[in-house]
Amino acid sequence: MEGALSISSKENRQIRAPGDGPLLRVAGLSKFYGARTGCADVSFDLWPGEVLGIVGESGSGKSTLLSCLAGHLTPDRGQVIFETREGPRDTVAMAEPERRLLGRTDWAFVHQNPRDGLRMGVSAGGNVGERLMAVGARNFGAIRETAADWLGRVEIDAARIDDRPRQFSGGMQQRLQIARNLVTGPRLVFMDEPTGGLDVSVQARLLDLLRGLVRDMGLAVIIVTHDLAVARLLAHRLMVMKDGRVIEQGLTDQVLDDPQAAYTQLLVSSVLQV
Amino acid sequence: MIEIENLCKSFTLHNQGSAVIPVMAGAHLRVGPGECVALTGQSGAGKSTLMRMIWGNYLAASGTIRVGGLDVTRATPREIIALRRDTLGYVSQFLRVVPRVPTRTVVAEPLLALGVAPEAALARAEDLLRQLNIPARLWDLSPTTFSGGEQQRVNIARGFAHDYPALLLDEPTASLDGANREVVLGLIEAAKARGAAIVGIFHDEAARARLCDREIDVTHFTPQRAA
Repeated sequence: MEGALSISSKENRQIRAPGDGPLLRVAGLSKFYGARTGCADVSFDLWPGEVLGIVGESGSGKSTLLSCLAGHLTPDRGQVIFETREGPRDTVAMAEPERRLLGRTDWAFVHQNPRDGLRMGVSAGGNVGERLMAVGARNFGAIRETAADWLGRVEIDAARIDDRPRQFSGGMQQRLQIARNLVTGPRLVFMDEPTGGLDVSVQARLLDLLRGLVRDMGLAVIIVTHDLAVARLLAHRLMVMKDGRVIEQGLTDQVLDDPQAAYTQLLVSSVLQV
Repeated sequence: MIEIENLCKSFTLHNQGSAVIPVMAGAHLRVGPGECVALTGQSGAGKSTLMRMIWGNYLAASGTIRVGGLDVTRATPREIIALRRDTLGYVSQFLRVVPRVPTRTVVAEPLLALGVAPEAALARAEDLLRQLNIPARLWDLSPTTFSGGEQQRVNIARGFAHDYPALLLDEPTASLDGANREVVLGLIEAAKARGAAIVGIFHDEAARARLCDREIDVTHFTPQRAA
């Protein structure tokens, strides 16, 4: 870069600092339901600022994999090594309270259905403030101010801060869920079909919001989606799953434009246009 | 800057009887800084295929493609993402963006990804949009609703926002009127003058003659097909 264009964003500098390691290292992750395979032998690295898309049809094991990664399900084999602020730790072997703490601080989980990630009887401001309080914030004024700031960032009018989420549209509820999740400054965000039940126009707004947050906060994201158009716009890399196994992985536009595996070719050619 | 050696490519269509279609064999190409090379050959000869392999969305069967020292055929996704952010730009024929994002932001995005301050990135975007005669009243709208020619100019503005050391241009002057064509040719000449290595597909013969130092007929890289 030269001339008037100067590199300024602190977050971006951090992402590109040489010698940075992966934020998450997954090795041989497997989960079986009796004789049936949930997911088998999944391995990958994820770096700060990187968005990994997991695609496949329903029943391909992508949600099982996400649950195992996020600690909602206990895998039968494998490691999920997260670079905590104190160094690398295998989260599979962590004690439950430690993993829960991680889930409130460095990790976030955005559910497909906002009802699963929000407290529907608590105000919008309360939904965001609650997560701050869970990590020790006590000053009411500061919490409300931060909550209002985050409602603004996800484009919810500050005048709605005391309304309950059930008075919100589906798209607003999803944005509120994202604010609630990101307010504590997580480094790794898990998303399960975040644009799933939304109208196309609402999806677009959410995609734009997510891209901006990923870039500005340097977030690492693992996003499960069956929508290849969403994957193309949001994910840097793709993992294609079938029957619990990773069939193919690579750069997003390479997997979509020049798929190598028979299954991926079928998947891509079955879509009208991505 | 861009060095291609003995590059081969075939497609295997698993769902059509596993047909293997060889599309390129023994491709060679070297493009130095400040040089513009045109890919020529009939439709279907493999111009776009070669360009996509350099960009990294088509995998090579064998051979090497070095861009700024990185071998794209063996690079990890992470390395290719960094290459596309810092070194290699691509003006494709079609604009692909998140709907509802304002044109100004669409053009500024490559700079924002590099960590350029938003004010500086947006100022550069506006300067390019102005040069390319996109009226200011459209800057806050999404380009998805624009005409073909306007979308193409937004695409070009985005591709020239950052001074990439290497550029891929796929028909950059197609669907442009005379005045805008002249602006785009000027941008390409300026990129050459600052030392960018450029590979382009130009059906516009006058543009090719004016910009390009050499022409490479990709038909030479087309494998002999059984009749």
